[in-house]
Amino acid sequence: MQTPLDNDLTKRYREQFGAAILEAIEDRKQAYLVIEAAQLEEIARYSRDVEKFDLLEDYTAVDWPRREKRFDLVAILYSFSHNARLRLKIPLAAEQSAASLVEIWPTANWLEREIFDMFGISFSGHPDLKRILLPEEWQGHPLRKDYDILQQDTAWVRENLGIESGQ
Amino acid sequence: MGPGKSGDRERAVAVKKTEAVRRQKRKESDLRNVSDTLQDDAAQKQTLLGADELILNMGPQHPSTHGVLRVKLKLDGERVRGTECVIGYLHRGVEKIAENRTYQQFAPYVDRMDYVAAVSNGLGYCEAVEKLLNVEAPPRAKVIRTIMTELQRIASHLVWLGTHALDIGALTPLFYCMREREEILKIFEKYCGARLTTHAFRIGGLQYEAYDSFEKDVERFCKDFERRIQEYVDLLTGNSIWIGRTRNVGVLSAADCIALGASGPVLRASGVKWDLRKAQPYAAYDQYKFEIPVGTNGDTYDRYMVRMEEMRQSRLICLQAIENIPAGPILGKVGKVLKPPAGEIYHSIEAPKGILGYYIVSDGTTQPYRVRIRPPSFVNLQALDKMARGHLVADVVAIIGTLDIVLGEVDR
Repeated sequence: MQTPLDNDLTKRYREQFGAAILEAIEDRKQAYLVIEAAQLEEIARYSRDVEKFDLLEDYTAVDWPRREKRFDLVAILYSFSHNARLRLKIPLAAEQSAASLVEIWPTANWLEREIFDMFGISFSGHPDLKRILLPEEWQGHPLRKDYDILQQDTAWVRENLGIESGQ
Repeated sequence: MGPGKSGDRERAVAVKKTEAVRRQKRKESDLRNVSDTLQDDAAQKQTLLGADELILNMGPQHPSTHGVLRVKLKLDGERVRGTECVIGYLHRGVEKIAENRTYQQFAPYVDRMDYVAAVSNGLGYCEAVEKLLNVEAPPRAKVIRTIMTELQRIASHLVWLGTHALDIGALTPLFYCMREREEILKIFEKYCGARLTTHAFRIGGLQYEAYDSFEKDVERFCKDFERRIQEYVDLLTGNSIWIGRTRNVGVLSAADCIALGASGPVLRASGVKWDLRKAQPYAAYDQYKFEIPVGTNGDTYDRYMVRMEEMRQSRLICLQAIENIPAGPILGKVGKVLKPPAGEIYHSIEAPKGILGYYIVSDGTTQPYRVRIRPPSFVNLQALDKMARGHLVADVVAIIGTLDIVLGEVDR
């Protein structure tokens, strides 16, 4: 259902950022742009100031362990004046960090902390990057695909009961 | 009620603590070199009483934090200089669970996020998966969904009103609110057997047909409710203590709201006339007439007024909807096994607390590859620091109440 998108909006983005806009796609009538991580900050600022996407509605990530660039950061933008949404997808390699968007949208503060907590992606320039939902001493990042849901259980049973978990 | 007495007590406790700290400091400073001591003195001059900044833990067992929220307050006497929220005590890994369940199996889990508005959570999830599958619920299902969701909005706002007033010291409204909420929960119970975590809807429509006296029950509730709202208004709206505790407390400008992502009644109380039910109508909202109430100051009192008016508007929507519930099937054409084509969808609804969004990625199997839930409470809670700075400890209680957070949703 994914089709390449070539409307005015994407044309403006392409004009502005050229090769940094890797792809423009429409999926189930919703538009998203795949962009270069190095240009994230400029594109975000342009989106807010020029294209009037004033609300960062959500910011999250998806893990694709078999892909060359393992993670996708997904920023969901909303524009009050145009009543429209746009998604930005930022592919990231395993150890790559992204520029923090806290300066542009302060709401990104906790959202980036959650991404860091769940995926272990770090954000350069974040004022206080630490875990938010899990305790500080937690091992691993649960929403990564290689994080097995039984691993906490079995580790605990092995450590505290000295047997193999039957799960 | 009244900040005077408890304030004195708190101040006394704070003074005692700072004295103890000072004594400790004096002992330690003997061991330290001179420059360190000088720096300490400079830091001490910054606070009002020349005392050290006091760190006070509020929660996670404090009743006014509405659950297991812990707020580290940095205090100068009784004035808040900064806050830090510690959350996650109720984290259950809902998003990870989703990746290990089928689309239908995951549906009841969403009720357990914002558990005082389970129906709204369910609506958002069902509609998101329907969009992913490219199916639509039949008109009858849409209208019944709308009625149920609006009843849930009233129930959620009633819990907010009761507990918010209770936090500030007005005990009575809680009993009134619970009385009306009970009527709504009875309708839910008659409809699907559950009162709290209802799992009322199914992907593609509804599982249950509306019961025989559904319209009559809803109508009776709505007729009654007009008089009931007036009772809350009589108790609170003109009450000078209520006004004193809420006016100009926790002010957020419209620009702050948008920058911080605060949505729902918080955003509207700051004067932004925006509601997803109007901006991007879902379910059957495009068929009904209702107003979006807005405030002007963005303070706690305005948020109170906005939510009160929202309850009135929800009541009107319900009355319009039961007039004409279309006949027809209640479940659209969805298979027993759901395999959405690979791709992704973002769908958001106006939940009682703000924008509730679902971002679902499908890889073409029966289980979602990724489900991201955008919880309104989590994002709204981030505004607490901005709202509480400069206020008194007692106001923090009012501000947490006015944000209307549910920790089940903050922590997921």
